[in-house]
Amino acid sequence: MSWNNGGPSPWGNPGGGSGGGNSSGGGSSGGSGGGQGGGDGGGRPPPGGPTGGGPWGGGDGGGRRPGGGRPGGPFGGGPIPDLDEIIAWAQAFVRNLIPGGPAGRFGGGRGLSILGLLIVGLWLASGFYRVQPDEQGVVLRFGAYSYWTPSGLHWHLPWPIERVERPAVTRINRTEIGYRSGPAGRMEAGRDPGGRDILAESLMLTGDENIIDIDVAVFWRINNASSFLFNAARPETLVRGVAESSMREVIGRTPIQPALTELRAQIESGVLRQTQQILDRYNAGVEITQVQLQKVDPPAAVIESFRDVQRANTDAERMRNEAEGFRNDIVPRARGEASRIFAEAQGSRLATIAEATGQTQRFDNVLNAYKEAPDVTMRRMYLETMQEILSHAQTIVVDDKLKGLVPFLPLSPATPPPPPPRPVAPAATPAPVGGPAR
Amino acid sequence: MNRIAIGGIALLAVAAFLVNASLFTVEQTEQVLVVQFGEIVRPIDKPGLHAKMPLIQNVISFDRRLLNVELPGEEVILGDQRRLIVDSFTVFRISDPLKFYQAIGPIPDGIRGRLNSIVSASLRRVLGNNKLLDVLSADRERIMASIREQVNTEMRSFGVVVEDVRIRRADLPEENTQAILSRMQSERQRVAAQLRAEGAEVSARIRADAERDRAVLLADARGAADRLRGEGEAEATRIFAKSFGRDPQFFGVWRTLQGYRQVFEGGSARLVLTPDNDYLRYLQAPPAVGP
Repeated sequence: MSWNNGGPSPWGNPGGGSGGGNSSGGGSSGGSGGGQGGGDGGGRPPPGGPTGGGPWGGGDGGGRRPGGGRPGGPFGGGPIPDLDEIIAWAQAFVRNLIPGGPAGRFGGGRGLSILGLLIVGLWLASGFYRVQPDEQGVVLRFGAYSYWTPSGLHWHLPWPIERVERPAVTRINRTEIGYRSGPAGRMEAGRDPGGRDILAESLMLTGDENIIDIDVAVFWRINNASSFLFNAARPETLVRGVAESSMREVIGRTPIQPALTELRAQIESGVLRQTQQILDRYNAGVEITQVQLQKVDPPAAVIESFRDVQRANTDAERMRNEAEGFRNDIVPRARGEASRIFAEAQGSRLATIAEATGQTQRFDNVLNAYKEAPDVTMRRMYLETMQEILSHAQTIVVDDKLKGLVPFLPLSPATPPPPPPRPVAPAATPAPVGGPAR
Repeated sequence: MNRIAIGGIALLAVAAFLVNASLFTVEQTEQVLVVQFGEIVRPIDKPGLHAKMPLIQNVISFDRRLLNVELPGEEVILGDQRRLIVDSFTVFRISDPLKFYQAIGPIPDGIRGRLNSIVSASLRRVLGNNKLLDVLSADRERIMASIREQVNTEMRSFGVVVEDVRIRRADLPEENTQAILSRMQSERQRVAAQLRAEGAEVSARIRADAERDRAVLLADARGAADRLRGEGEAEATRIFAKSFGRDPQFFGVWRTLQGYRQVFEGGSARLVLTPDNDYLRYLQAPPAVGP
């Protein structure tokens, strides 16, 4: 706006520098006077120079006494000047000024020009500046953007013509939404013990009207220093606002379940893309390098039921596995059992046939032998059989006429009394059957 | 000489003062109005060094960068009667410092209150015509664009261009939040119950299938076994029939006698016989010799 409030530090620095340089170099009263002048001049440049012992006058005073009439001068002696000495010096200065001897005039001019040169030199030197490796220098001439410089030592026209801004263009800035990391800074696995959660920022509505708790870190850097400096008043808040808005917009289109699980990477890239798009539209000179979802959870109040769903999933899986274990246990056993049954039956079939074959072969042999002598063979077979039977069984021979004996026979209680006579009849039958057998 | 020096110095001082008072810089981030006794002489848009009349003119500067105003959350009623707490931020720039100065005055911050009320009104108007799902969906962009249009139209007379109005948070009020939370909870419970039941279902099906498989396997095997046995018996029967059929009568006798042996083999049977049994008849009398 005007020179008075334009630059931050311009004249104070060269002035102070001149004062210091002078006193160390000379030690004479003139030098001390110059120092005084420079120091005073820092506050306000040209106007009331001669009046009130101002800056340029100091130089003049020094010139009047080149030999150092007053050893040390007011400021040369000690670092802290005595008040009396200052007053005395000022009185002497005013005296010297008013009469104005010719020798003094001449000497004063030379001192003045040396002083002037020094000041100009320092003024020019104030234009040197260093741009750090992570910075970019942006030079403004009378406030207007002029050119930019890479890192290294550079020089610009000194104040008030040019000045330089040095934004850190390679530094990655981090904007945290939904949380603020603690003093430790780094987040470990989405949780930072020193940090705090900001629920107002992290709770948001999902596309299916559920609520989700998301913490996100947005990393960005300046990719166009002049846009960054001149286009947005508060770029950091702009990045925050736009990123938060994009985050909520993207989540507003996403159902909760995929957002919690498989869509995380997609959400990150969607937020990044949209934030970048909007910031580019603002021409903010900011590049979003990364969007990192730190924590994606259901709200704390319901997280337990979400975990229960996972448990239910595990339970279902477990039941399934158990059932499959059961199946894997019984089916092979049943297959084995079936094979056994089948094999047994095969064996049984073969055995039955073999047995039948054996029996018939025996019969055939017997029959063939029988046919050679039927009568005697039949008789022999009958007799042998009877002998065999009777030698094994308890045999009681009872005469028909002794009917009274029957009740006293030692019959076992298992056998009822009536049957005994009955076996007699059948027992007799084989004989007649066998008898007529050929 | 002295007088000349003093005069020179004075002249220099006056010149410096005049230079200071008449030259001014416009920063890259600014745009200014040169004002003479409260009346605007000219706006300056170009950054750099400029001159003005000393003393009688002064300079009012305005930011030319994007400014953002955040509107705190306020409750808005949507088209479907749902209520939503919306907070937004507005990005704008002063495009016409002349109009801006006339409308707002020399203090740029005065715009914020004005902007807030206009954005708020427009927000209510536009959201009042939309449903909650629109706000949550991809329509959000369209909604924000139409709010921006409305605000822009109204702000034009203030010399302000609204670059963007963004809905940042759109949350349901506290009581609805509670309702949603409990709905989410019940929904999760439902899903959990369903998952468990489905697990049980799958489990039961697998077990039943397995048992069926076992039963089928065993039954098939038994069936096959019976068929095999039947075949065996049929074969045996055929073999018997073929062989025994050669002399059925002899077979009857032979087989019966064999049976006797087996039946009476254990020695537990008791036979009560009469002496006229064929085998025992010689107990009574010797056989007659000769025919």
